[in-house]
Amino acid sequence: MDDKLIKISFSLNGKSLTKNVSPSLFLIDFIRDELKLKGTKPGCREGECGACTVLVNGVAINSCLFLAINIHGKELITIEGLSSIEKPLHPIQEKMLEHGAVQCGFCSTGIVLTTKAFDDECRSDGKIPSRQEVKKSLEGHLCRCTGYTKIVDAAEDYLTHSSF
Amino acid sequence: MDKKLKIIGKSTSKLDGNDRVSGRSVYGHDIELPNMLYAKILRSKYTCAKIKYIDCSKALALEGVEYILTAKNLDVNMIGYKRDHPILKGETVNCQRDEIAAVAATSREIAAKAVSLIKVEYEEIKGIYDPFEALKTEARKINLNGQGEEKFGNKNIAESFEYSHGELKSMKKLSKVIVSRRYQFPRVTHCCMGTSNITADYSIIDGKLTLYSSTQVPFLYQRDMAHALKMEPSKIRIIQPIIGGGFGSKLDMLPFEPICALLSIKTGKPVQLLYSREEEFIASPTRQAMVIDLTSGVDEKGKFTFREVQITMDNGAYTSWGATTPFVMMQAYSSLYQIAACKFQADAVYTNNPNAGSFRGYGNPQATFSIERNIDLMAEELGLGKDEIRLLNANFPGEITGQGLLFKTCGAKPALLKVIEESNYKMKNREKQSGRYRRGVGLASMLHVGGGAKIYRSDGCGTRLKLDHYGFLTIITGSSEIGQGSETVLAMIACEELGIPLTHIKVINSDTDVKPWDVGVHASRTSFVAGNSLLGAISIIKQKLNSKAAQLMGCKNSDFVYENGFIKACEKEVKIDKVVREMHFGNPNKLCVAEYFFEPTSSFQDKDFKGDVSGNYAFASQVAEVEVDTYTGKVNVINMYVSQDVGRVLNPMGLQGQIEGGLATGLGYALTEEMIYEDGYLTNPSFHEYKLLTAMDMPEVHFYPIETMDEAGPYGSKGAGEAPLIPTAAAIANAVSNALGVEFLSVPLTPEKVLKALSEKNNHKTANSQIL
Ligand code: FES
Ligand code: FES
Repeated sequence: MDDKLIKISFSLNGKSLTKNVSPSLFLIDFIRDELKLKGTKPGCREGECGACTVLVNGVAINSCLFLAINIHGKELITIEGLSSIEKPLHPIQEKMLEHGAVQCGFCSTGIVLTTKAFDDECRSDGKIPSRQEVKKSLEGHLCRCTGYTKIVDAAEDYLTHSSF
Repeated sequence: MDKKLKIIGKSTSKLDGNDRVSGRSVYGHDIELPNMLYAKILRSKYTCAKIKYIDCSKALALEGVEYILTAKNLDVNMIGYKRDHPILKGETVNCQRDEIAAVAATSREIAAKAVSLIKVEYEEIKGIYDPFEALKTEARKINLNGQGEEKFGNKNIAESFEYSHGELKSMKKLSKVIVSRRYQFPRVTHCCMGTSNITADYSIIDGKLTLYSSTQVPFLYQRDMAHALKMEPSKIRIIQPIIGGGFGSKLDMLPFEPICALLSIKTGKPVQLLYSREEEFIASPTRQAMVIDLTSGVDEKGKFTFREVQITMDNGAYTSWGATTPFVMMQAYSSLYQIAACKFQADAVYTNNPNAGSFRGYGNPQATFSIERNIDLMAEELGLGKDEIRLLNANFPGEITGQGLLFKTCGAKPALLKVIEESNYKMKNREKQSGRYRRGVGLASMLHVGGGAKIYRSDGCGTRLKLDHYGFLTIITGSSEIGQGSETVLAMIACEELGIPLTHIKVINSDTDVKPWDVGVHASRTSFVAGNSLLGAISIIKQKLNSKAAQLMGCKNSDFVYENGFIKACEKEVKIDKVVREMHFGNPNKLCVAEYFFEPTSSFQDKDFKGDVSGNYAFASQVAEVEVDTYTGKVNVINMYVSQDVGRVLNPMGLQGQIEGGLATGLGYALTEEMIYEDGYLTNPSFHEYKLLTAMDMPEVHFYPIETMDEAGPYGSKGAGEAPLIPTAAAIANAVSNALGVEFLSVPLTPEKVLKALSEKNNHKTANSQIL
């Protein structure tokens, strides 16, 4: 609580930002409490559920295990960063809705970001993932509502059909 | 006959799904009010102890601490289904969960620090963790507010149910095979991804209390809260934010809720209380743990003769709605398949374990497990096919069961036939297995209420409709959305009937100051009761629209067709918003509104629990196909064949989601989930140690809905939300038994349990099946 604050500069959903943060502050709390972006969800705060997933330099990480100061000099994308006035929903989100992969929705935003990161990875490797690989990519996410099938369907649909 | 439907029966995306998937939805965790404080609860260090003193002075001295609540000087009532649960404990603690003090502070960190500074001195007492120990005469009285002695002849019985029908003695005599087994079920928990939360906002100006609360029964909650706090119910306004999962966990009001309300009342500021995941494991509801002794019989022709069952439930230290699960279980024992005689007894017994609660399925997964395991054993002994014996005894349309349930429509047999055929059950069940990986198939069915359940004075639901002069419809419904998709179904119904596009329909359902009465989300009732209520209101608003439209079009007594925003009749048409404008602004001015209250025709059961308790009944069968690794003991579920009598499919995609989600919970119950307690302490309170299944573990799901078009439900539909998880554990246990030739008497079927069963089988090397 009485830690000395550290100045960090980073990009948040495409815009540069400088903030003073405590060195022991977790990224999830920084995002939710200080940046007031509530789409990043606290499901467990112990790295087990994936609800708090965000992208740091394009990599999906659990923000509950990541110290906020470590985004210094990096690019942070939260779920809010996928929406724009011109295009309020990312195609992954559209696929999730189309397949009925969203029930209570608490797990959904993290899953969208993981799928985005996995898609980027597949694209740069130039490969189309198998269903088993799609499942594997989502292994870090818990969902109690859907039974996962629709989530995997949506991700697979996006990952295998989006244009290369 | 049936008119052609435009949207009912077509897959429709969740109404507010785009808000949820884009992070815009405001869950309880996301609420921030001006000047808000943060609360944290100090729970007991012991599972059974006397409290000698509580010293809050150090905590109070901490900067940022605004209030500390303890049992001292607290003028409140006890809570819980039996009103046997003090909100804060001042003299004794009875379980790990027990709330001793609660802090409100200006930040979460300060609240946590303050809690750690509160000093409590206890005198530990030896607890009782086994219900059978608690039943002994020499046992100490566990809950001092319990009334077991007076009501049930044993101080530690919290609730008791007895039921019987038919001639048990003579049916026993008629039996060729009788099977008796004892089954054991552990506690498991809901694991809602959004943890328990509440934000309380009390106004010292007008004495009104606003609660942002994730309850699934807002009106019962309002009443319970008012009783607890000794307030006038209508001064309490319940606003339900978006819920991160429910599954039955939010039926009971728990102490943290009135505690947070009290902190707001005492400080005059908004107060928020969020559970951590660990706290969620320790202090949110669980499925009822129980021991079931079931004896069932069958005659030489394969007709079931009787069931005799004794259930001992671990109630925990306080009594929740979970203690009433026998109400549902007795329906399974009395009426799942044709049963000539049934005797049922269930006791909920106080222990020093945490209090249980209600959980999707409501006792039925446990009951069904025991019934369906016994059926397999009887079939084997009788030399009859496990599918044949079930078909022979299946429920049928028009059946009135011994308990008085009337199956006006019944898809039990079609569901059985479907999964037997699709899974190729007959052939696969007979295949002899050897080698490292062994496959097996298991069959199980279930019966559950499908049209609500009359357990409160009203099982009804109110609806108000407002059609505005731009053609937008607002549905104000008493029912609640807890992620199950009921809002979407309501909007679909309105779209179907009024020809208004979904984008022009709003559903308001989250504010007790606005919405009319409804008993809440339980018993798979929401689409049924709220749907019927909405249809009632629609027919009233249509009468109003019809007469105005007739006037405008200059035609009378015609059939009015509602389509694409138009009302059409006698080859003319008029836009619906124009009709409303004429109503609002014409002469005489009239509002385009309607209201309706739907009360199902189901009846109260009598004191012997006989009567037709639900508007209709859901039936389902499942076949599980598993592969067991005999080296590691791991059970891999490859296929689940599911057939369910849903009356009629309203929203295929929504239904499929309920089926797959329910199955996943059933799979977890069968294979991995278990809360492990040592002397009342939970030893695995995290997702790391309490194993939820992931995407990698899911089988292929083959779903075949059975449409029986039940008159009572909207468009012929029945409730469907709970059924998918009810027979799953039974089907899987039957499948693993089929694969290995060993018997299982408890869940979950962990690798250790499977290996142990296998090694025992090998040790005995007898032909008969072995017991674990
Ligand atoms: S909240 Fe970060 S993984 Fe669960
Ligand atoms: S949709 Fe509820 S947890 Fe995934």
